Amino acid sequence: MSGTLIAEQLLNGLQFGLMLFLIAAGLTLVFGILDILNVAHGSLYMAGAYVAAQTMQVTGSFAAAVLMAAVITGLVGLVLELVLVRKLVVRDHLAQVLGTFAVILIANDVVKMIWGPAPIMMNMPSALSGPVRLSSDFLYPAYRLLIIAVGLAVALGLYLFVTRTRAGVLVRAGASNRQMATLMGVRVPLLFMGVFVLGAVLAAVAGALLGPITAIQAGMGEQILILVLVCIVIGGIGSIRGAFVGALLVGFVDTAGRAFLPTLLKLFFSPAVASSVGPTLAAIAIYILMAVVLVFRPAGLFPARG
Amino acid sequence: MMKRLSHSLLPLGCLLLLVLFPLVAPVFDLGFYVSFVRRVLIYALVASSLNFILGYGGMVALGHAAFFGAGAYVVAILSAQGYGQALVVWPLAMLVAGTLALLIGAISLRTRGVYFIMITLAFAQMVFYLFISLRQYGGEDGINLSAPSTLPALNLGNDTQFYYLVLGIVAASLWLMHCMVNSRFGRALQGIRENETRMQALGYPVLRIKLVAFVFAGALAGLAGALLANHNLFVSPSLMHWTASANLIIMVIVGGIGLRFGGVVGAAVMLLLEEFLRLYTEYWHLPLGVLLLIIVLFAPRGVAGVFLRRTT
Amino acid sequence: MRLFKNLVAAALLLPAIALAQTPIKVGIANDLSGPFAALGAEARDGFNLAIKQLGNKLGGQPAEFIQTDMGGNPDQARQLVTRYIQRDKIDFFTGPIGSNVALAVGPALFAAKVPYLSNNPGPSQFAGAQCNDYWFGVSYQNDAFHEAAGKVAADRGFKKMVILAPDYPAGKDALNGFKRGYKLAPNQEVYTKLGQIDYAAELAQIRDAKPDAIYIFLPGGMGINFVKQFVSAGLNKSVKLVGPGFSADEDVIQAVGEPLIGMFNTAQWAHDLDNAQNKKFVEAFRKEYNNRYPAVYAAQAYDTIMAIDAAVKATGGKVADREAVIAALKKADFSSVRGSFKYGVNNFPIQALYVRVVEKGADGRITNKLVGKVFDSYQDVYVGECKK
Repeated sequence: MSGTLIAEQLLNGLQFGLMLFLIAAGLTLVFGILDILNVAHGSLYMAGAYVAAQTMQVTGSFAAAVLMAAVITGLVGLVLELVLVRKLVVRDHLAQVLGTFAVILIANDVVKMIWGPAPIMMNMPSALSGPVRLSSDFLYPAYRLLIIAVGLAVALGLYLFVTRTRAGVLVRAGASNRQMATLMGVRVPLLFMGVFVLGAVLAAVAGALLGPITAIQAGMGEQILILVLVCIVIGGIGSIRGAFVGALLVGFVDTAGRAFLPTLLKLFFSPAVASSVGPTLAAIAIYILMAVVLVFRPAGLFPARG
Repeated sequence: MMKRLSHSLLPLGCLLLLVLFPLVAPVFDLGFYVSFVRRVLIYALVASSLNFILGYGGMVALGHAAFFGAGAYVVAILSAQGYGQALVVWPLAMLVAGTLALLIGAISLRTRGVYFIMITLAFAQMVFYLFISLRQYGGEDGINLSAPSTLPALNLGNDTQFYYLVLGIVAASLWLMHCMVNSRFGRALQGIRENETRMQALGYPVLRIKLVAFVFAGALAGLAGALLANHNLFVSPSLMHWTASANLIIMVIVGGIGLRFGGVVGAAVMLLLEEFLRLYTEYWHLPLGVLLLIIVLFAPRGVAGVFLRRTT
Repeated sequence: MRLFKNLVAAALLLPAIALAQTPIKVGIANDLSGPFAALGAEARDGFNLAIKQLGNKLGGQPAEFIQTDMGGNPDQARQLVTRYIQRDKIDFFTGPIGSNVALAVGPALFAAKVPYLSNNPGPSQFAGAQCNDYWFGVSYQNDAFHEAAGKVAADRGFKKMVILAPDYPAGKDALNGFKRGYKLAPNQEVYTKLGQIDYAAELAQIRDAKPDAIYIFLPGGMGINFVKQFVSAGLNKSVKLVGPGFSADEDVIQAVGEPLIGMFNTAQWAHDLDNAQNKKFVEAFRKEYNNRYPAVYAAQAYDTIMAIDAAVKATGGKVADREAVIAALKKADFSSVRGSFKYGVNNFPIQALYVRVVEKGADGRITNKLVGKVFDSYQDVYVGECKK
């Protein structure tokens, strides 16, 4: 267990956490402001990945891929908001989950009808396709550094937006007390539309960024949605700060679990036990984390309301 | 008076049809469908048990399939060890499922709203991953049962006899749930669904009531699982995946949440749709999604709710 | 009088004609909407090509191929098989991609005396203690590709290795198979989570261990994720990648592209295998399906239909005589695209295994190239446990 390995695993935890944050931010924002649990957020992420991959195949430009993904998915988000989300906002959480789950079912089949069931390819931008030398014997993939950079930038950007801009203040007002905000003259429907589209754009950018290193296929949204839900539940729904902390926690615990648990277990138990119990424990580590957090803080670490 | 009659006429009529079905089916060369209807009945039971806590108790449990799977696995594991007497194994399945529900409920029911949804989901995932990694119980491949459970008077290998047993058990369970809903306990449970704070202020032991309901529903789901294990002669962890739980919730919503036969109607509609849509297209998730949307937006009381509006 | 005699003769022949007109039914359970959707789609293309070439007939007799999607779900598959047996009264069964489904539906089919020809999974249970006369592992036994890969790794002098698979029984079986062929002890054995997306942690461990090569069994999207991330970490420059054929076939190449170049993989077939039947098959496939190369799933599916065709021909179309049918199937008397093979006593093939490498061809296309033979006639290790 060398120092380089530990450093690399810490960086991995950070990167995985920021990866999850990119998706969690949009979801928690929408939940916090519109009070709607949009499980189709994963489908927006998937749409972003598919559009980016297609654009990459046609133009070969990574920047264009990310841009197109953001624009097209933003439009899809807009349509979704006007047609469906508006109607679900006034309903209870269960109806919202089911309505947006229906969108998942439809989206998965639509994607299969257009691109087929086989995963499609998105090339990594060639400039970032290799590792970067961080120290004498420490190589780290350049692309993952990009993800870390974008994740931190988005976190900073959202923080500045919510605390320093007028629109951000409105968003926070709408989150903590919708009725009061309306009475104070805030055009709530416009606000909701804006926030939902912002959430869709964030999900799309995440999809485009993760495209080169994940399998782009129908159902990819649901796989990552579970992890993202765990992040925002731990962090506290509606709070971007909570999503950030929750995502980092999940990223570190999951990475550390996979990296160090089997080795740790081998110190105390026989290799046979360690190799059978280790992976299972590592797989459920984040769920155990969430259960523990909820026992002590039933509304998450930084609940937005209340 | 007429309302009362038509209210119970329809369900009684359906029950009569179900009783006659295996006798009539071979005439129309529908012999295979006896087994299909039996499967619908088993899912009607587990969906109804979810409807009990979801519709009447307001608890959105996204991990109900874990109890369903647990009951099924108890039967399968004991069968592999050589214990097959239904009168011993099936109550054991209910006990194990109920205990699991007690453990999960004790922790989860302290949370509310979306947090409750998430934590039940988390526990279901834990159970799922646990069973996948257990090599001696088949892991991802699951376990085949070499023979169905044994009962002194009946032969569960006989399609029709097993059908009638399932029909009897499901009818009895539905009747039991109906009694529970209309009892003092049931009314308290519905009161908690309406306004938990008020019930607490009135002095009701809210957590205990919810937990009892949760365990009851879990045990019934375990019984359904035991029946499924005998029906399929096979169990696998996919029974406990979170998508299985989501499917159960969809069944309850489509059928009619909080309505007496919501679970039954929902199971029937969903399973029939799946069976027939699949024959015609490989993209059958799409029409299913559209149906769900329509129900959520325009018929929030589900299919059974549509019937209710017609008769009242 | 003559007319009367002819009429009587015709009337006596009528039942025979009627019987002969009942089409032979093959039940196919497709895997088109579940975790193996891409592989199932390949298999379906292979089935359809064979069915088209045979003109919807088997052994010259009219045949009906009932294809239904069961989404890789063992519960659904079980329902489907019950329907196939009870309502459709099928004579043959094939289709599933995953071992878990095969294990779920096998017993019901064997009990109903319906021959199950497997176009992909070859679970060890059916090779050993639970072997059955009505099972035909047309494709391979699950350990085969892994064991061959182990031998390839040993032959190429990879002394230090890290091996990975997901933490479930098939994953553990895969690594055990590999170790059997490799004969040395791998430096590290890593188990990942089923459905895991991010492999940064495991890649860091690999980088730290500095092996000569790694062996991965990561079916489906998992393998795609891993290889993309492996190359992005720059590890492909110092560590060789070895895997079973299914981790490097056309579907994975389609999704990963250039990063896959240089990966050694093992299978019982390659599309550039040099025999007449294979050449015809690949040409027909490319013509039918937009000039793409078939993957191993399509080849296996194609072989399965051809095997059924040969058996029906051998029994003269009398598929009701199941004993005769399984005896005919056992002979494997058809031209397989992998060359000739025969069945062991447990109805699993004794066949050659090859090693292929992913490379860019002269036409700029990335695909597998046959490199060499690993085993001349490999038989699975479970055959001894099969007591028939």
